[in-house]
Amino acid sequence: MKTKNLTLHVWRQRGPSDSGDFETYVAKDVSEHMSFLEMLDVVNEELLENGDEPIAFDHDCREGICGMCGVVINGYAHGPQAKTTACQLHMRQIFAENLDELWIEPWRATAFPVVKDLAVDRGAFDRIIQAGGYVSIRTGSARDANETPIAKDVSDASMDAAECIGCGACVAACPNASASLFTAAKVSHLGLLPQGQAERSDRVRKMVGQMDAEGFGSCTNHGECESACPKGISIDWIARMNRDLLKAMTTSTDDVEERD
Amino acid sequence: MPNTELKSHEPTGPIEERWRQHKQNSDLVAPHNRRKRTVIIVGSGLAGGAAAATMGELGYNVKCFCFQDSPRRAHSIAAQGGINAAKNYQNDGDSVYRLFYDTVKGGDFRSRESNVYRLAELSVNIIDQAVAQGVPFAREYGGLLANRSFGGALVSRTFYARGQTGQQLLLGAYSALSRQIEAGTVEMFPRHSMQDLIIHEDKARGIVTRNLLTGKVEAHLADVVLLCTGGYGNVFFLSTNAMGSNCTAIWQAHKRGAFFANPCYTQIHPTCIPRSGDYQSKLTLMSESLRNDGRVWVPRNKEDVTKDPKKIPEEDRYYYLEERYPKFGNLVPRDVASRNAMYVCDDGLGVGPEVDGERRAVYLDFKSAIDRLGEDTIRERYGNLFEMYERITGDNPYETPMMIYPATHYTMGGLWVDYNLQSTIDGLFVGGEANFSDHGANRLGASALMQGLADGYFVLPFTVGDYLGRNRASSMAELDEDHPVVADAVAGVEGKLKAFTEAPDPKHSPDFFHKKLGNIIWKYCGMARTAEGLEKALEEIPKLREQFYREVKVVGDTDGFNQTLVKAARVADFLELGELMCIDALAREESCGGHFREEHVIDMEAKRDDENFQHVAAWEHQGDPSAAVRHEEPLEFEYVKPTQRSYK
Repeated sequence: MKTKNLTLHVWRQRGPSDSGDFETYVAKDVSEHMSFLEMLDVVNEELLENGDEPIAFDHDCREGICGMCGVVINGYAHGPQAKTTACQLHMRQIFAENLDELWIEPWRATAFPVVKDLAVDRGAFDRIIQAGGYVSIRTGSARDANETPIAKDVSDASMDAAECIGCGACVAACPNASASLFTAAKVSHLGLLPQGQAERSDRVRKMVGQMDAEGFGSCTNHGECESACPKGISIDWIARMNRDLLKAMTTSTDDVEERD
Repeated sequence: MPNTELKSHEPTGPIEERWRQHKQNSDLVAPHNRRKRTVIIVGSGLAGGAAAATMGELGYNVKCFCFQDSPRRAHSIAAQGGINAAKNYQNDGDSVYRLFYDTVKGGDFRSRESNVYRLAELSVNIIDQAVAQGVPFAREYGGLLANRSFGGALVSRTFYARGQTGQQLLLGAYSALSRQIEAGTVEMFPRHSMQDLIIHEDKARGIVTRNLLTGKVEAHLADVVLLCTGGYGNVFFLSTNAMGSNCTAIWQAHKRGAFFANPCYTQIHPTCIPRSGDYQSKLTLMSESLRNDGRVWVPRNKEDVTKDPKKIPEEDRYYYLEERYPKFGNLVPRDVASRNAMYVCDDGLGVGPEVDGERRAVYLDFKSAIDRLGEDTIRERYGNLFEMYERITGDNPYETPMMIYPATHYTMGGLWVDYNLQSTIDGLFVGGEANFSDHGANRLGASALMQGLADGYFVLPFTVGDYLGRNRASSMAELDEDHPVVADAVAGVEGKLKAFTEAPDPKHSPDFFHKKLGNIIWKYCGMARTAEGLEKALEEIPKLREQFYREVKVVGDTDGFNQTLVKAARVADFLELGELMCIDALAREESCGGHFREEHVIDMEAKRDDENFQHVAAWEHQGDPSAAVRHEEPLEFEYVKPTQRSYK
């Protein structure tokens, strides 16, 4: 089993209003089989033993599905391995890249204020969903699930978009800190399905409106989001969202509502 | 009054009529009065999220709490396999009755028939609801929903969304919840953890929470409280649960008077990725479907355990499941597969990395399946799982056998509830994995999602409405934040948390104690239990708890974001619950489902004792876990007659 000592430069920030800075630590005898977060656990145990405050970072399932973890490692959101969350990144990957020094930072975006150290507030994502990321169906009023056949390729495409875990890596990777990939994934997941048609126009207008209101930047087609996304969500969804938005704006039924 | 007599309140009459009849007899709250009634829901997973969305929709004033940064992160999200429903879309003979029958039998005759029948009945509505929300379940080329057979079921009733069924169902519930947050009927409190239950005049009336961002401890008052806070599998330290999954909400409710039922019923999943070192923080589950094509073996000779498995000749390989269970072979049920893996490792035949002086892994080998079916077929079936395995271990399972070992996965025990999902405390309801109700001593695959959503969408909104209808606003005792009951509860929590930062001789992290506890529980109250071992655990746990309060080290303040403090508070509760688990396991002198007592076996298999143990054990707290009092709710089986299982 391979082990190695690593130098870690970790962003420490006491709270949202603190200016923060990098602190340097040495992670000793890091095993290649450890996950990246397990390495941080070991560093934290040592900090605590010495009476120092452990590094705060968000994490929960450690299976790459809950979307709670996420840090920037040497400039890459979730680290250098493609389609991998920070919790699923294992140290053998870091070893393979011949990295001896790691720079570990929180997601950086105006719309994601730092809570402490590496933990950020992603409440803006919840508010984008609250603006319209749903099908308005009351519990109990659904008809039989097989009454509406949905072509397999349509359903599969919808699932591709629905795999988004809401981690925020797309925002962290984007030079504009745009939330377009996140928003487009939900707009497309629902917009592709027959169930999502009734609110399709309204949904895209409201969700994009909320995204702008939260202070996320605009998409300028860098494509960084797609390459950082641990679930491989395609940037094509952004184009689809923009088409939906254009259509919704030109065919707006706002005036109909005003009439009654 | 507290329901200390454990009245199940289940309706009588034909089983297929019971739920309908019960709803008919339920009280209702008038629409204009609902917004005046406050409902607290703790947890935002399938049960909590679905209940919050549905009760918000009905017009109640809902407050929903979760410890994660967003309700979308609850651990329901990690369920891979699927969700059962008795739709019979495959025309293969499935029915509500068959799902009911399978669930009662799978639970080894330790669940309540009326509850299980209702669950099977509601399963069909869940699929309709989820599809209407836009959950993209797998479909066939004709556009209709696809199903698969799961966990040894003889019918194909499992609906799935790739390997992410839990994620998609949770996002469905989360979207419904988000819609209600937008509508203003639900107020969401993320990054809040429940620390105590407030009871006033024998009724649950609120909770005490800690805001994990600011550290503020505060009371939230309501007309009724729902706990949908998941299971307590993390008592083992290593489990497939999320790092934050904890027992604090149900344990604090237990300490306030809610009876805890069958804490010893835990489920161990046979196919997880083994530990690689003492830094291991959690275990990752690999889908059980792998056993369809993989062959489980260990070396016959101890000297081969470190050898390259590919160089071990066929005659030196011990295919222990195939040899011991010729009929079912590698497809024996979860508990049998798990226990046998433990036995061969106990015999020193375990493989894999040495951790704490032991090798605890067995091979799961796809070589013969690849030879027979070709690598492409195997890739098609298990490609994503093989990829996940390689990501974590660095080994390529197409070339070298996988290594697996069992891990704790689900807890069937939980707070005792009646047919209404009401605990022994008036006005305290419990849904999802947090209650004990539907799975008996063992849960079938693809049934956890079903139960969480049935409770959340369809059961709790009715039964809680009935409770509120019977307990009108005018009849509820006055209560505000200044009332001594509330102020004392808040002060109690503040004091408790402060104490963790001021231990007399601070030496070790909360994780240090958690790992020690996990080792004790895993060793003595894991896959196989003996009276001797449990008694040993019952000596060790109180000592460890004492050491914890003396030596736990928490750096940082109580006011503000402090993950070590959060962890300490959770470990303190696990240290108590772990003791009750062992007490329950010791008292249950039989083997059933996930509870295997080595003294009670027949042909190496679990031997139930229906004469003496056909009941639910519900524990009443009396100041200390060791003083808990055991109560019994007898179980009757009118429809499914108990039989002994056999896999030989």
